[in-house]
Amino acid sequence: MDWFFNFPQLDNLTLGALRRSIDDGFRVFTRAWGDPIESFFEPLRLFLIYSERLLLDTPWPIFMLVVAVLGWLASRRWTVVIGSVLSLGLIGFFGMWEDTMRTVSMTFVCTVVAIVVGIPIGILMSRSNRVQAIFNPILDVMQTMPSFVYLIPVVMLLGIGRVPGVLAVVVYAIPPIIRLTNLGIRLVDRDVLEAADAFGSSGWQKLRNVQMPLALPTIMAGINQTIMMALAMVVIASMIGVQGLGQPVLRAINNQYFTMGMFNGLAIVAIAIIFDRISQSFGQRLQKYREVVHG
Amino acid sequence: MAEVPESEYGIEIKGLSKVFGANPEAMVPFVEQGMTKAEMNEQHGHVLGLRDINISMPAGRIQVIMGLSGSGKSTLIRHINRLIDPTIGQVLVGGEDVVKMDQTALRAFRRHKTAMVFQKFALLPHRTVLENTVYGLQVQGVPREQQVEAAMRWIERVGLAGYETNYPNQLSGGMQQRVGLARALTNDAPILLMDEAFSALDPLIRTDMQTVLLDIQSEIRKTIVFITHDLDEALRLGDRIAILRDGEIVQQGTSQDIVLRPADDYVESFVREVNRGRVIQVDAVMTPLNGGVAPSAATVPSGTTVEDAIGAIVAGPDDVVTVTNAHGAPVGAITLRQLAKALIPSREPADH
Repeated sequence: MDWFFNFPQLDNLTLGALRRSIDDGFRVFTRAWGDPIESFFEPLRLFLIYSERLLLDTPWPIFMLVVAVLGWLASRRWTVVIGSVLSLGLIGFFGMWEDTMRTVSMTFVCTVVAIVVGIPIGILMSRSNRVQAIFNPILDVMQTMPSFVYLIPVVMLLGIGRVPGVLAVVVYAIPPIIRLTNLGIRLVDRDVLEAADAFGSSGWQKLRNVQMPLALPTIMAGINQTIMMALAMVVIASMIGVQGLGQPVLRAINNQYFTMGMFNGLAIVAIAIIFDRISQSFGQRLQKYREVVHG
Repeated sequence: MAEVPESEYGIEIKGLSKVFGANPEAMVPFVEQGMTKAEMNEQHGHVLGLRDINISMPAGRIQVIMGLSGSGKSTLIRHINRLIDPTIGQVLVGGEDVVKMDQTALRAFRRHKTAMVFQKFALLPHRTVLENTVYGLQVQGVPREQQVEAAMRWIERVGLAGYETNYPNQLSGGMQQRVGLARALTNDAPILLMDEAFSALDPLIRTDMQTVLLDIQSEIRKTIVFITHDLDEALRLGDRIAILRDGEIVQQGTSQDIVLRPADDYVESFVREVNRGRVIQVDAVMTPLNGGVAPSAATVPSGTTVEDAIGAIVAGPDDVVTVTNAHGAPVGAITLRQLAKALIPSREPADH
């Protein structure tokens, strides 16, 4: 009756051999393909360096001005503008400007990659139930798998640094934009689609003229979520060498520097709120045509 | 506006049937054996949307298809531009079978030969009135200037001048449907499909839109297919009317045929509610003169409604009026008694 109380499992020897052979297999793969894969991501690395240098080289008053203008254009509300400038001012005043710029750059690059990769996947999913059935479980895995776990193969493959950081962040942050692009397109009114068909629209014309514009508010909500998740993940990615606000947080954890951890944590919260308010109010302004003026 | 030639595209629907369900092809033999909608639903779990529809729609006229909800009228109109594929049958437009077209040909057909107006307007909510109106031409790839020029002309024609930059949400239902009409007309296609286009509008606005449509039609002479559940609307607009019930045509003809000779009790029950004086024309009830002498100096032209003829008699001294043809020659005479008789339904209702 032993099998009844103890789960009949593989014996440790077999299990160990299994793990070892998979690990070895992956290592062989890494050795064989590591360089080509690395050179495949070379443009991404250059983009990262360029973006970081741009933000670091921009004098702080100009960066604040740009944020203020973006805030105003997106929201047309003074509270958003003043709040953004004030929190950036505090961040700089407490000596975290450079780290913040690195984190903003990283988040920006990750968001761009997530949009460029995620929206086409979302469109594909919206066009076919089969593609949706394939992608949904993959997205579930990406969202629920503990982020440290997929850091391991990425580091094995690409080493420590920015590019593996971006991959880890994008894997974690891309599901909302894919899901909401898919959802937004699927929610477009059937009557309007029928009208587009009746006028002889091609598939591309329908996507461009009808589906994407009408799904845009939903897609914007996805982008907003993606930015937030990217910011959260950038801190964890500091474990594999991503520079920015995550590094001091990591140091603070290791050494129990309470204040240092708190300051940097609050700086992340501050830029998260700035990004969120600006992208959300932009999403709302996209829906202005929905306002019913006539009763 | 320049003289627009009458549409040359008649529509010929032959032996069209549509079965909805898991395996429509397997139902074809049953349809051909004449199984009814109820039987098919009960025995095979398939819905018979349309059965053996044969209609010949003349070019340049308004063909109304009337039926209650569930009669298959919206399904029928969607077969003309193949938004719905038939199970069996032919749809010949200008001699070409729409059912046999491949995707490219079908798209070209929809772009250049048809335009559609929808019950729920189906405007693009993120586009202004002008941008909605140019949609058909934009899809065709017409240069922007021509798009705007054509769109502005029709926006003005349907009475929306000054609203070009408004969004659909900012307009009332009637105005939104004017946009829908302008969008369809801007396409300048020979065939105009109108699926319960005015059903969602208030009665007064509906009458108003009917007038707009008839006015425009007198200029452009399109082949119009108009779907409605309202017999008054059908009689007012239709050069020809087909009445649909449970996916089958129960009667086809002119408004005079329908009102004076309803094919069965079903049609009769509709016709009973109609204001006969405004539908029946003197031609149907007059006594032909056959070259005889005109009995009265008072005349009404051929095609006058009974109501107007009564008006003409009451205004004059006699109890009779002469009916004249398009050249002013007398062709018939009609008395007050004949006119009064025309107002009473000839067939007594069966269930009273």
